[in-house]
Amino acid sequence: MKPILEVDNIGKKFQIAHLAGGYLSLRERLVNLGRASKNEVEDFWALREVSFQAQPGQSIGIIGRNGAGKSTLLKVLSRITRPTTGKIVMRGRIASLLEVGTGFHPELTGSENIFFNGSLLGMKRKEIVAQFDEIVAFSGVEKFLDTPLKHYSSGMQLRLAFSVAAFLEPEILVIDEVLAVGDSEFQKKCLGKMEDVSKSGKTILFVSHNLSAVAQLCTHSLLLDKGQILKQGQTNEIISAYNDLTMAAGQTSNVAIANGMQLSQARFELISEGGVPQLQFSFSIQQDQVNVLSGLALLFYNNLNERVGIVDLRSTRLFKISSTHANYQVKGRVTSLPLIEGTYHMGLYIASNLFQGNKYHLGYFEIAPRPQEIMPYPARDRGYVEFDASFDIIAE
Amino acid sequence: MQLPAEQIIDSTRNRWLDLKETWRYRELFYFFTWRDIKIKYKQTVLGFLWAILQPLLMMAIFTFFFGKTLKIPSQEVPYPVYVFSGLLIWNIFSVGLTNAANSMVNNALIIKKIYFPRLIIPVSSILVALFDFVMAFILLIALFIYYQQPIQWTAAWYWPIALVVASFGTLGLGAWLAALNVKYRDFRYVIPFLVQVLFFLTPVLYPVSMLPHPLLKYVVACSPMYAAIELFRFPITGVAPVADLLVISLASGFILLIGGVLYFKFTEDFFADLA
Repeated sequence: MKPILEVDNIGKKFQIAHLAGGYLSLRERLVNLGRASKNEVEDFWALREVSFQAQPGQSIGIIGRNGAGKSTLLKVLSRITRPTTGKIVMRGRIASLLEVGTGFHPELTGSENIFFNGSLLGMKRKEIVAQFDEIVAFSGVEKFLDTPLKHYSSGMQLRLAFSVAAFLEPEILVIDEVLAVGDSEFQKKCLGKMEDVSKSGKTILFVSHNLSAVAQLCTHSLLLDKGQILKQGQTNEIISAYNDLTMAAGQTSNVAIANGMQLSQARFELISEGGVPQLQFSFSIQQDQVNVLSGLALLFYNNLNERVGIVDLRSTRLFKISSTHANYQVKGRVTSLPLIEGTYHMGLYIASNLFQGNKYHLGYFEIAPRPQEIMPYPARDRGYVEFDASFDIIAE
Repeated sequence: MQLPAEQIIDSTRNRWLDLKETWRYRELFYFFTWRDIKIKYKQTVLGFLWAILQPLLMMAIFTFFFGKTLKIPSQEVPYPVYVFSGLLIWNIFSVGLTNAANSMVNNALIIKKIYFPRLIIPVSSILVALFDFVMAFILLIALFIYYQQPIQWTAAWYWPIALVVASFGTLGLGAWLAALNVKYRDFRYVIPFLVQVLFFLTPVLYPVSMLPHPLLKYVVACSPMYAAIELFRFPITGVAPVADLLVISLASGFILLIGGVLYFKFTEDFFADLA
């Protein structure tokens, strides 16, 4: 049987012009016409020599660090952007879900948005009409179908959006991180729906930071790094290769957050305070302008990239300092880490004018198993938290 | 959707207009047009009446200043009829061009996330302008009745031809500006200015015979809208368009269409990277 998807030597080059404004303006073009092009243009390969195949019914996970080229690969596969080199052969109808609710318009009603979004995703009007009731039932927003979308809560919008996408019937489905949003109940529902899709013989390409979702859905995976495929094979092997990779690269001291905003001297150090592990952390935020921070939190992830907890770093002091100073340092200590043994990595949630979102893999620490009289249960059966408890056994 | 058994994405794929593919996505023309019309008149008290009201008020103003005060000749028909018939065709161009030119930037979020033949977006913007035309056309008929203006039966083909010329002329320039606007945001500011200049260079308010210098006529004829308006008015005024001016205008419309659509097709693969 021929593979349903053949990707052969795909490369994508971007030219990064070092411009101040962001967009090219005609004036700059005209001004530069006379002189030799002094604009520093730098070639950047977001993807390079990427080749792989997918068999019908196979689900493939694509994992890699921030900026490894995962999203670019999906964009090339969905024909949104054109590859610079190489060729892709697809033997079936392809639908891509790089975002839920693409084209949703706040002024349109729920049912109008179902039609517009559905047709953008490649559904025929007839198909939408035929499945309309099912879509509405899956979303659970029956009562608000004639209400403009702007009056929906964000959760309702998301449910409606995913419901439309759930009724797509392509042979190849390309999905990017869409599960990263929504409450966990709904995430579970989506993941279940995707498992059904893959079991029905469809091919899925799935990008996610959530490694446990990848492990659950995909038997095969690709590890992308710096635009190239580092390794491909069984998902569990790829996940461990990914963990090795992120750990080796963990000690980066400066991380660009956004244009004109960077994180420096990030240190996350595990210390032992009377036998109890504590985490000492410090990092500096440097900017070329004053930039008010409205949100800041430490994020803790386990080796499956599941978030196990956060430390909220917002305070009136933070708001005050960030509104008057461009550079400042945050330091502190997490005094209790009731976690089961394993490797953890730290991320940071930042919300400001320049950037809003998460940064991952800023630091690592290892929690050792606690000394215990009896051999402990396997870590995978013990959830996330190691409670402090004491008990007695009293004979009666 | 009927897709071919095998789809190939090739970095060296040719970029010519793929009509077969566009046909497969034909429903999107309808959906984009439908969405834009809905959004345009949502939360307005007067709704679709705006499509009529706007040219009607313009007509009243122009009639007062140019017809009554400056006494501009209007080829033996009442000035309001003359100016309104011109304005209807002109609005296809001005509304269609403005919408089309901004359409790619306005739909950037969609372009970055989903593939479909990009030309659907500017074409739909022009279809929205045609919808406005249909609404205002009803009022034009009312004006004919009110002024008891006789219409020649040749309107049966001159009017559709005029609409085709207006739509395709607008598409050519619109697609070109839409593609340029993605790359150079300057065009956002150029467009209103361009539309305004062209308005006075197009015989909406005055007949070309009024122009003092013969060379000026040729300048005016370079706009594809010259042909559209003259053809549309022919069955009303009975004045045939000047042959050589008509040919120039049609040719310029054709060149704009080919040039604009080709430029669009050659750059569309990179819209998602630039938008």
